[in-house]
Amino acid sequence: MRDALRLALVIAGKDLRAELRSRTALLSAVVFAALVLVVFNFARDPTAFPASELAPSALWITFAFGAIIALNRAFAMEREHAALDGLLLAPVPREALYLGKLLANLAFVGIVEAVTLPLFVLFFDVDLAGALGGLLVVIVLATVGFVAVGTVFSAMAVRTRFAELLLPVLLLPFMVPPLVGAASLTSRLLGGRPFSEMAGLLRLLALYDIVFVTLCTLLFPAVMDE
Amino acid sequence: MTTPIDGARATVRRGRWITLVALAGLAGVYVLALRYTPEEEFQGLAQKIFYLHVPAAWTSLFVFTLVGLASALYLWLHDSRLDLFAESSAEVGVAFSAIMLTTGPIWAKPIWGTWWTWDARLTLTLFLFFLYVGYLALRAAVSDPSERARFSAVVAILGMLLVPFIHLSVYFFRTLHPRPVVLKPSAPSLPPVMLRTLLVSFGVCLLLYVGLVTMRYGLGLADRIREAREANDVA
Amino acid sequence: MPQYEAPLLVATALARSYGPRKVLHAIDLQLAAGETLVIAGPNGAGKTTLLRLLAGLMRPSAGEVRVLGRRLTAGDPDARRPLGLLSHQSLLYDDLTLRENLVFAARLHGLRSPGALADAALASAGLTDRAHASPRELSRGMLQRAAIARALVHEPAILLLDEPFTGLDAAASGRLRALIRDRAGAGRAIVLVTHQLAEAWDLASRVAVLAGGRWVLDGPREGDVAEFLPRYHASTDA
Repeated sequence: MRDALRLALVIAGKDLRAELRSRTALLSAVVFAALVLVVFNFARDPTAFPASELAPSALWITFAFGAIIALNRAFAMEREHAALDGLLLAPVPREALYLGKLLANLAFVGIVEAVTLPLFVLFFDVDLAGALGGLLVVIVLATVGFVAVGTVFSAMAVRTRFAELLLPVLLLPFMVPPLVGAASLTSRLLGGRPFSEMAGLLRLLALYDIVFVTLCTLLFPAVMDE
Repeated sequence: MTTPIDGARATVRRGRWITLVALAGLAGVYVLALRYTPEEEFQGLAQKIFYLHVPAAWTSLFVFTLVGLASALYLWLHDSRLDLFAESSAEVGVAFSAIMLTTGPIWAKPIWGTWWTWDARLTLTLFLFFLYVGYLALRAAVSDPSERARFSAVVAILGMLLVPFIHLSVYFFRTLHPRPVVLKPSAPSLPPVMLRTLLVSFGVCLLLYVGLVTMRYGLGLADRIREAREANDVA
Repeated sequence: MPQYEAPLLVATALARSYGPRKVLHAIDLQLAAGETLVIAGPNGAGKTTLLRLLAGLMRPSAGEVRVLGRRLTAGDPDARRPLGLLSHQSLLYDDLTLRENLVFAARLHGLRSPGALADAALASAGLTDRAHASPRELSRGMLQRAAIARALVHEPAILLLDEPFTGLDAAASGRLRALIRDRAGAGRAIVLVTHQLAEAWDLASRVAVLAGGRWVLDGPREGDVAEFLPRYHASTDA
C-alpha cells in the first residue's frame, strides 16, 4: 500500500516535471479558461442580466472546459515513443499507475482553476469574503469527481481516432452531477445562505467522489490490459 | 451438418419471428389503448401516448442496465459473446430512448404547454440517450476488437452507476413531471384498466427488444464468423 | 542475483488472437540462465506479439508465461520485476532529459540510489555528456543507445530485445554485441528477435524460427549462418 502510494507519487512527479518543462499545454489550458470567462461575460445582455447572476455558471463552465483541455493531454505524452509500455512493464500495480495519473491531472486542473478563480473575481465583480473557504471545499469535491472519471476516459480516448472529440462526448454527461451540485453550491455560498441549505448537495458531491474514485481505480486496469 | 454460420442465420430468423410477433403485439396495444381503455379525465386523448412513452422509457432504462451488467461480466469472463450482446442491446436501446424522447415532447406540448422543460425525469432520459450515443461513438472509434470490447465495457459500467447520480442531481431543479404513478410504495394509483394496458405495452416493448436484439446478435455473430474465416485464410 | 536452477522463462501453450485473427498458436518456450535465444521469422510471423506476451504487456488468449517460476499476470507487479524490454520505440519522454528519464525508470523499479544508477547507465552507453539533453535532440544512433540504457537500468535477469540493431552504426552495434555477450556470460537469459538472422547469428546459443504464428524450426546454433539460411527459407516458405 505504501509502496503503491510512493510509485503513484513518482509517476505524478514525472508528469508535472514534464508538463512544467514544456509549458505549452498548461499555458494553452490557462489561456483557454481565461478566454471562456471573457466570452461568457460578453455573451449576455448587460441591460438584462448583471454579471453576478451568471457568475456561478460561468465559473463552472470554465472549469469544466479547462479540465477537458487539460485531460486531453494526460495520456498523449505516454503514447509518444510508447512510454506507456515502460510504465506497464515496470513492477507497478495498475492501480498505482491510475492514482499517479489522477494526482497529476488533479494538480494540472488545480493550476488552471487557481489561475481562473482570481480572474473570475475580477471579471465578474464577485465578493468572495466569507465564501472562499467554502468555495475551495466545493471546488476540491467537484474536481476530484470529474477528473477521476476523466483520467480513465483520457486513457481510452488517446487510443482512438478523434481523441479530442471523443473525450468531451464521453465525459460531459459524467460532469453533470458535480457541475449541478457545484454551481448551486457556489451560488448559495455567494448569496450567504445558511449551511443547512448546502448539506444535501455537499453529500451528493462527496458520494459521487467515493463511488467514482473507487470504481475508476477498479476499472482502470481493464483499460490497460491489452 | 450445421456450420456456425448456419447457427447465426437461424438466430437471425428466430429474431425476425419474435420481432414480427412483437410488432403485431404493438398494433394490439394501439387498439387496446385507443379502443378499450377509457380516456383520462383531464388530459383526454393526449394521455394515450403515455402507453408508448412510459414502456419505452422503462425498456431503455432496463436495457441500459443490461448493457452495464453484460459489460461487467465481459471484463470478468472475457467472452466475446457478452460484448456482442452488449453492443446489440445498446443499438436497440438507443432506438427505444429515441422513441421516448420524441413521444415525450409530443405529449408535453398539449399538456404542459411546452415542448421541452428541464424536468428531472426528462433530463435523465436525455442523458440516458447521450450515454448510449457516447457508448456507440466509442465503439465506432476503436478498431481493435478486444480493445473496443474492454473500453466500451468500462464506459457502460460507469454509465450504469452514473444514472442514479444524474437522477439525484437533476432533482434539485423544479420538477413538472407527473409523480410516479405505478411504482409507489402504496398501491398503484392508476386505475386497473389503464395499468393493464400499460403493463401489456411494457411486455410488448420487452418482446420487441428481445426480437430486435436476437436479430442483431445473429447478424453480428455471422459477421464475426465471416471475419474470422477471412482473417485466418489470409494468414 | 540468487542462483536459479530451473529455466528463468517458461512459456506454455501460448496463444494470442486479435479479434478473429489468430496470430500465435500454442507456443512453447524455455530459457535457462546464460542462454541467448535468437528468434527469426518473416514480417507478420508474430515475433513482436510473442515478445509483448513474454514481457507481460499483453494478455495471452490461452496459455501462460512464467518468470522465475512465477506466473505473469497484470495483477502481480512483482512477477515482471526481472524483465527488461528493448522495443521498437525508445520508451523515453521527450519533455524529460535523458538523466531524468533514467532516474524515473530506476524509481519505477523501486531501486535505491536511482541517481547513481542513472549516471552509471549513461556512462556505459557513452552518453554522459548528453545527460541533460532531451531525447528529441539525439541522433538516431544515440537514441537507440539511450533506449538500451533505459531498458537495462534495473539490470534485468531476462532481456527481451526487439530488433536491437536497428539504427546502430558499426561501432554502436559492436558495443551492443559485447554487452549482450557479457550479460549472457553473467547468467542472464536473452531473447533476441530479428528478421535479419545474419546479424544475430554469432550471438545465439539457440535459434528458433517463427512463421505463421508457429515454431517451424528450433534448436541449438550449429555451423555457419550461410548453411542455415537455406533451411530457414525452406521452413518459412512452407
